Amino acid sequence: MAEKTDLVAKGRLIDEMSIKNRLIEFFTQWEVLLSIIFVLVFVFFTFRTPYFLDWFNLMNATFQFSEKAIMALPMIFIIMCGDIDISIASIIALCAYAVGNAAQGGASIPSLIFIALLVGTLAGLFNGIMITSLEMPAIAVTLATQSIFRGISVGLLGDQARTKFPTNFGFFGQEFIPGTVIPFEFVLYLLVMLLFAFILHKTTYGRRLYAIGNSAEAARFSGIKVKKMRVINFTLTGFFCGLTSILLASRILSVRSNIATGWDLEIITLVVLGGVAITGGKGSVYGVFIGSMLVGYMKFGMGLLKFSGTLMTIVIGSLLIIAVLLPRLLDLYKANRKLRLQQERRE
Amino acid sequence: MPDLTFSSFVKKALARREATLILLLVVLLVPISIRSPQFLSAKNISTILNDMAILAIVAIGEFYVILSNGIDLSVGSIIAFTGMATGMINQADHGFPPILLLCVGMGIGLLMGLFNGVLVAYGKIPPIITTLGTVNIYRGMTFLLSGGTWVTADEMGTAYVGFPRHTFLGISNLLWIAFLVIAVFYYFSRFSRTGREVYAIGGNPTAAKFVGVNESRIRVVVFLISGMLCGLAGALWTARYASAVNEMATGFEMQAVAACVLGGVNFSGGSGGIIGVVLGTLFLGVVTNALPVVYLSVFWQTFVQGLIILIALTLNTVSDQRKMKKLLAQRRG
Amino acid sequence: MQEALLEVHNLTKVFPGIRALDDVHLTLRSGEVHALIGENGAGKSTLVKILTGVYIPTNGTLTLNGKEISFKNAIDAQQAGIVAIHQEASMFPELSVTENIFMGHHLRNPKTKKLDWKTMTEKTRELLARMQLDINPDTLVKNLSVAKRHMVEISKALSLDADLVIMDEPTSALTGREVEDLFRIVRSLKEEGKAILFISHKFEEIFEICDYYTVFRDGQYIGEGKVADSDEDAIIKMMIGRSIGHLYPEHTPKIGKEILTVEHLSQLGAFKDISFKLHEGEILGLFGLVGAGRSEVVRTIFGIDKSSEGTMILDGKAFKPKGAMDSMRRGIALVPEDRQKQGLVLKMSLTRNISLPVLTNLCWKGIVTRKKVEKEYVHEHGNQMEIKAAGYHVDVDAETLSGGNQQKVVLAKWIGTKPKILILDEPTKGIDVATKAAVHQFIADMADKGVAVILISSELPEVLGMSDRILVMHEGYQTAILEAKDATAESVMRYAIASVQREATNA
Repeated sequence: MAEKTDLVAKGRLIDEMSIKNRLIEFFTQWEVLLSIIFVLVFVFFTFRTPYFLDWFNLMNATFQFSEKAIMALPMIFIIMCGDIDISIASIIALCAYAVGNAAQGGASIPSLIFIALLVGTLAGLFNGIMITSLEMPAIAVTLATQSIFRGISVGLLGDQARTKFPTNFGFFGQEFIPGTVIPFEFVLYLLVMLLFAFILHKTTYGRRLYAIGNSAEAARFSGIKVKKMRVINFTLTGFFCGLTSILLASRILSVRSNIATGWDLEIITLVVLGGVAITGGKGSVYGVFIGSMLVGYMKFGMGLLKFSGTLMTIVIGSLLIIAVLLPRLLDLYKANRKLRLQQERRE
Repeated sequence: MPDLTFSSFVKKALARREATLILLLVVLLVPISIRSPQFLSAKNISTILNDMAILAIVAIGEFYVILSNGIDLSVGSIIAFTGMATGMINQADHGFPPILLLCVGMGIGLLMGLFNGVLVAYGKIPPIITTLGTVNIYRGMTFLLSGGTWVTADEMGTAYVGFPRHTFLGISNLLWIAFLVIAVFYYFSRFSRTGREVYAIGGNPTAAKFVGVNESRIRVVVFLISGMLCGLAGALWTARYASAVNEMATGFEMQAVAACVLGGVNFSGGSGGIIGVVLGTLFLGVVTNALPVVYLSVFWQTFVQGLIILIALTLNTVSDQRKMKKLLAQRRG
Repeated sequence: MQEALLEVHNLTKVFPGIRALDDVHLTLRSGEVHALIGENGAGKSTLVKILTGVYIPTNGTLTLNGKEISFKNAIDAQQAGIVAIHQEASMFPELSVTENIFMGHHLRNPKTKKLDWKTMTEKTRELLARMQLDINPDTLVKNLSVAKRHMVEISKALSLDADLVIMDEPTSALTGREVEDLFRIVRSLKEEGKAILFISHKFEEIFEICDYYTVFRDGQYIGEGKVADSDEDAIIKMMIGRSIGHLYPEHTPKIGKEILTVEHLSQLGAFKDISFKLHEGEILGLFGLVGAGRSEVVRTIFGIDKSSEGTMILDGKAFKPKGAMDSMRRGIALVPEDRQKQGLVLKMSLTRNISLPVLTNLCWKGIVTRKKVEKEYVHEHGNQMEIKAAGYHVDVDAETLSGGNQQKVVLAKWIGTKPKILILDEPTKGIDVATKAAVHQFIADMADKGVAVILISSELPEVLGMSDRILVMHEGYQTAILEAKDATAESVMRYAIASVQREATNA
């Protein structure tokens, strides 16, 4: 009977695949393609400008993208579950306002960090609870809270700025690891990235995220607390908004109400570009890592070549569309190949 | 047989989003006008309406996309590109007729909408991703077009700059155009097959297919409408604010979406109407303009808008859930 | 006898791993109500989908009025005059009744091309009046009760003026009076010379309304005849084709202590006043027609949905499930009705599906996954279910498996939780005969090991063959608990139709 043997057949199918077929399987993975593009971009800029492949420059460039790259990590969890959060830039602004204001009042660095993390976590929790308890779409709720969170900082700050910070506060966003040329921000990013990779790929929590993203209902029937996990995702993202606000405020040492404007879309772009399906259930931290680095270094390289930032926005927008279109075409191609292989086997 | 008593009429009217919004507007306007009598002056009303005209045009485009269970995040960028294009044409040739400029704007907008629509309908890319991509692409194209510079008031022709302000029968051209757009699209969504089919695709795509609605066609059409109206809005924007800058209309998509949500348009598609969207826009306009009356600085505008959207969403959801419960109770007590 | 309107010859439809229809025949005549009879999985729905252009047949021909035809899509079939009223209403809830009826063929004013709402509303009113329905054409469908939605769906089919109307279980959501209304409409359609294909599980309906019948079994054509020349027993024999006894495994119940007591359990809009006791080692059958609320009852016991009234006692302690996780920890397992949506995460591998409910136990400190432990676990339980899993085989996505193997994976997934109460919702729906037998054996084995089993099935022979006791439901109410040895197909069916209770439910 067909269904009795198909498991075995399937196994044999993979087993019997030629080296060529295996190579095709490997190179049609999005993460692999992205890595290749990344290497090509690196090679391209190295040949075009002598300033690109320079240890100090390469490290210095990370200041421009580390914060957004950090935010892309918790966003993976949100998108993985089929949700979305377009309020993160506003949460960052709210946290930055709280930090700037407290600093004005003379708060110490530890208490500034605590304030930022607390405000961010609470804002994220608010998002999560509104979305899950009222069963409203995440995009609608975070659209509203985008205005609310930003609105609080705009309302309280108006057109003023907060620029008084404790001495040494600049360390987080401006300084290097002592004795090296590696920015503290970037090291922090790498650590957080490893943490998220571990959670997503090696823990029960990560496994359950995939299950929810593929089928929230099947996940619920398997005993997974879907709502609770979605709330945790939003809260976690809020927490990292707090962290990012510290880095950002520390880097530019000035808090205005329009801080981080437009970051929502940029960060979502990084996540989707990294291969996380907007419908959920698919993606990896490695993909988002490479995607973030790719965008960061393309910006840097194009800056060196005196391309305007505008060209960059076009390239990123196009990459985003290609990032979704290409895997779909690849999947189609793969499915066709599989069918063909199966038929060949039968004959 | 239809029930014709007065109480049932009131009940039915209240069940409709439009009536609730009008009621809310009245409730809002009474204390405001008591506190500040000039709020309801002809001049102030005309200011509010003119302020909201462009938003209304764009929100109607956004409405169709949301109705089909999509979202268009690229509206701000389309406005910017078309606004810049018409501004530069005007800069080069002051004699270029304003009406033609509007047509040029709509034409460019149509093309940009077409690109969105084709990617969504045939590329099968979710609308949010498609327009997240094109929001960047179109904004970048604006910079490329302008070369990073902008068109200022003194570089523009008076005919073009004056066009939106000129009045006909005491009403500005800008408002006339908004009225025309509202009327055309009211007709479109009530009395044309395509207009109704958008409701079908948004409400239940599978069932729509069964009755022969061409899904891809509808998905393209909604983005065409959105693109065209953004193009029109862009041309008007440049004239009204007498300048074309690269950053114009940044984040305008959020306001358009907000007007729709306030107007009772369901995010999951298939329900809502033009009148609701227009009232939603008006509501946003009144609230924004009333802030100084209640001694709140204009800086609180964003916050108040967000709060209103959240409340509207919550009310929509809670009333839907309550209705559902009532139906269930009817079924098997 | 009338000329044939539509003839189906040698029709075959093959899906990966399963032959849904195997060389079947069917002849439909104008002015005739034709019953298509068969158990679940006999291939009736597949045939309907072919007739309405949803599926394209693998082999065979369709002739309409003597001409061979083939449908590329649903619209082709509609234009050829074939219209189906679907089991599950496919409506636009946010739109009015009028619009639901006219969507896709809105009427326009011939001159202005403007949609003519007045005429459409008028026509809708006529249609509704013809069905003697008291519904305002302007009402939004979301504000209608389920039964009324169904009647609107029927009106919609009538508005298309079809030659052949297919009714797939049209009465399952209707109450007694509404069924009579429907039959009145069916009769008037018949008088108008339309052909009607009537699919139903309910014999009394078939004998009341149908003229002719065709029986399918396991995707094959079994026979046909005039309803008037036949009787229930003969048709049942054709349907089942085997005596109930010998296909089901031997199971001598060793009834242990009481493990679950359910009292007056209710859920708003789904079911009311369900009370029963469940013992270790017992198989309790839960029978009812589609829509009777069976799945909702077990979902509530498993903690997926919340009850609105009633109490449960589990193992002597009060039990109010907080969620599936809670119920699982207390030893309840549910194999859900919809394998593809609820039972499995289709895009995850076999391994990950099987380990999903017990992931915490397989992990280091309950957090970090351990590949080797997981693999061993999956092998153990996979082998138990005879999924031939070795090495890479367990890494394939669940979606690539056949229905039978998928069901085995779902069972493997749940036995690992070592349940004391195992609930199975339609465990043999849409799977092949061999796997079916394996599933039956598995259920009997579990019961012999002392596990309490609740078995939901729409297949009467399965319920009768497997259960020790049978709880019968009708439209959300519990109508009987029968000892299996005293129960017959007729007695169970009578309670499931609940002719006595029907009047009470109408209120």
